Amino acid sequence: MEGVGAAVAFWTLAGVTLFAAAGIMFSRNLLHAVLLLILTFIGIAGFFVLLSAEFLAMAQVIIYVGAIAVLVLFAVLLTPRAGRDNGESKMLLPAVLLAVCLGAVVLFVITDTSWNTVPSAPAVEHEPKVAASDLGEALLSTWILPFELASVLLTAALVGAILLVRSPEEEAEDMPS
Amino acid sequence: MTPGLDHFLAVGAVLFASGFAIALSKRNAIGVLMGVELMLNAVNLTLLAFSRFSSGPRPVTGQAFVVFTITVAAAEAAVALALAVSVYRHRETIDVDKLNLLRS
Repeated sequence: MEGVGAAVAFWTLAGVTLFAAAGIMFSRNLLHAVLLLILTFIGIAGFFVLLSAEFLAMAQVIIYVGAIAVLVLFAVLLTPRAGRDNGESKMLLPAVLLAVCLGAVVLFVITDTSWNTVPSAPAVEHEPKVAASDLGEALLSTWILPFELASVLLTAALVGAILLVRSPEEEAEDMPS
Repeated sequence: MTPGLDHFLAVGAVLFASGFAIALSKRNAIGVLMGVELMLNAVNLTLLAFSRFSSGPRPVTGQAFVVFTITVAAAEAAVALALAVSVYRHRETIDVDKLNLLRS
């Protein structure tokens, strides 16, 4: 996290990520918005690498770019007559005002607080390094209960998603006669 | 200048605010969902920044927390997109301005 390289990487990633996020707001075509969303996800994976969380960066690319973005693209393609229009609803002005106020308040709090961080210069060898094996051990020892609950949640979400998108003909076939 | 904790937090805050604006103002339900995903990602970034820069005894805890938020986000995306497709089957639209009935 030291030196010019980290700074250049940070500001490049910040520019790319924030411009892509703004592009989702302003692009008129829904498919372009999905592609910009993928770019934003990749930028955030870059931030994860900068924060020395390499495993989570890979997980971010695989889950968000590989699964969720493809899911969003499928949903766009499965709703053809809804149009590719990415327009705003009647609530555009209040929504933007509220978001600007929220962002301003949070940014003020961030700059106004003196954060209690680890001193970076003297304790470079003390830098917290988390390997993927440490994360796996923690997930299967300390966090075993939330881990199992997450698997139950994923199963329930999977079954629920399949049930929701079944067509009426399929439901009629499965009915006991 | 070397990026510190407040830089990462500022990026997370701006991302969260833009996701918030997208989720509130888009007319297409899939656009609303993209805003929600953006907000979840901004929160993940903030959590990881705190985990990296705070002098806690167990730096792995913050990363485990992010693993769980990614899991919940994946479940949420699957169910929300299934809902969008299901609503489209019944109403032929996913325009959130026109979805104003509790029964159809």
